[in-house]
Amino acid sequence: MRDVAIIGVGCTEFGEHWGTSFRDLFVKAGTLALEDAGVTGENLDALYVGNMSAGRFVEQEHIGALIADYAGLATNHVASTRVEAACASGGLAFRQAVIAVASGMEDIVVAAGVEKMTDVGTGASVDMLASAADREWEGFAGATFPGLYAMIATDYMHRYPLTREQLAEVAVKNHENGAKNPIAQFRNRITVDTVLNSSLVADPLRLFDCSPITDGAAAVVVVPLERAREFTDSPVKVLASAQASDTIALHDRRDISTLDATVAAGRGAFSQAGLTHKDIDMLEVHDCFTIAEICAIEDLGFCKKGEAGRLTAEGTTALGGEIPVNTSGGLKACGHPVGATGIKQIYEIVSQLRGEAGARQVDAEIGMAHNVGGTGATVVVHILGA
Amino acid sequence: MSVSRFWRKIPQRYNLVGTQCTTCGRYFFPPRSLCPDCRRSGKIVDHKFNGEGTVVTYTVVRSASDQFENTTPYVLAVVQLDEGPRLTTQIACPPGEAKIGMRVKSVFRRVAADGESGTIHYGTKFVPSE
Repeated sequence: MRDVAIIGVGCTEFGEHWGTSFRDLFVKAGTLALEDAGVTGENLDALYVGNMSAGRFVEQEHIGALIADYAGLATNHVASTRVEAACASGGLAFRQAVIAVASGMEDIVVAAGVEKMTDVGTGASVDMLASAADREWEGFAGATFPGLYAMIATDYMHRYPLTREQLAEVAVKNHENGAKNPIAQFRNRITVDTVLNSSLVADPLRLFDCSPITDGAAAVVVVPLERAREFTDSPVKVLASAQASDTIALHDRRDISTLDATVAAGRGAFSQAGLTHKDIDMLEVHDCFTIAEICAIEDLGFCKKGEAGRLTAEGTTALGGEIPVNTSGGLKACGHPVGATGIKQIYEIVSQLRGEAGARQVDAEIGMAHNVGGTGATVVVHILGA
Repeated sequence: MSVSRFWRKIPQRYNLVGTQCTTCGRYFFPPRSLCPDCRRSGKIVDHKFNGEGTVVTYTVVRSASDQFENTTPYVLAVVQLDEGPRLTTQIACPPGEAKIGMRVKSVFRRVAADGESGTIHYGTKFVPSE
């Protein structure tokens, strides 16, 4: 197995791109990543594209070929593969690219993620996102995605001393970070009252506990570490790539409030990298809902179960805190174009490790990305090092 | 949900028919055709659950997909059946009445419909039993 490095990253602004198509979003992110990496399209060996549901959002399947074509690579016959694991599609596409390069099969590979969500109405989006859970036995009963995470929150708050205000602090912190991120969908600061006064979506979760519906794309270029210096003076090493599965339905989990796949992927990543929690300087975690960030911090082992709410309220996870979490603004404020999110997390960590994160820059040499599909049926964890 | 997809699970949806692995005794609802513990050495048979259980966790859904928008607000819950398995279901009770640990029993109810002229999906919901 070869060591793998990231040599370039690119990301579109996240938001409601009424004037931009699915393919144009991808082309923009891909172009930015190739420019950043200093490689040209004809040098690419393969593309891996994370995408959850173009078939339903824009009625387009065969995404691998479409992307290769509009990236101008159809006549080069580049290998192009779509990767799908609901909201973890991006993280998984990155993992596939890393595996391809590590194996020696491919040398210069793009991992990308793209989702165009606003071409359908909100009710239709809610229904599509629910297909990340079990359609026959959760969706059939009326389970929405906020509803499923709300049931995690109900169970969690029944068992652990998490207050409604502490939960709101997750969104406040992520909006604070998003306000400093030029690609973020929401760049406005909010208060705990903003969250508590927003409308209920699924009790106890309110509108400002939920990540938004977003259009966006992100791309990164990976190569063997031994070749990285040909392209850049600041390669970022992939120190670990771990993936775990769990039951598709929330009701079948061992523990409603613990994402066992996060625990497993987190342990796997630490073991691969030979690192411990104190070595990690920053985290990008999957905060599709505020409760998800609380669970992620705990299930990755950064604190005991029941403590992440208090730590968030105390500022431990803020930009200047001991372990900054979601410096990008997270899914909550930066936005959540589902297939692109996992790649955006890699983009953010690379920006931080290279010292290019501007107003939200933290002191970091090692970062961890945590990307979840569904309510925890797929989890992908990566550790990156400067 | 298409007619055939709904139709093939009518016994399961209407009458809470799941499965049991007679090798290890474990019950499954939703039904499974492969026991995760015994795998190929498991023997799976149908099992009709008695319909009594306990609320493990719940929420009140106030913003739903188009198919359920006319039903909001509704109580969505994970219920643990007395035989062991857990399922996702609606509790037919006023939103303020749902509680963790509440005893419930299954009832036959209309769940959703595919628009005004599409299939009506009936199935199992639960109601408070104490």
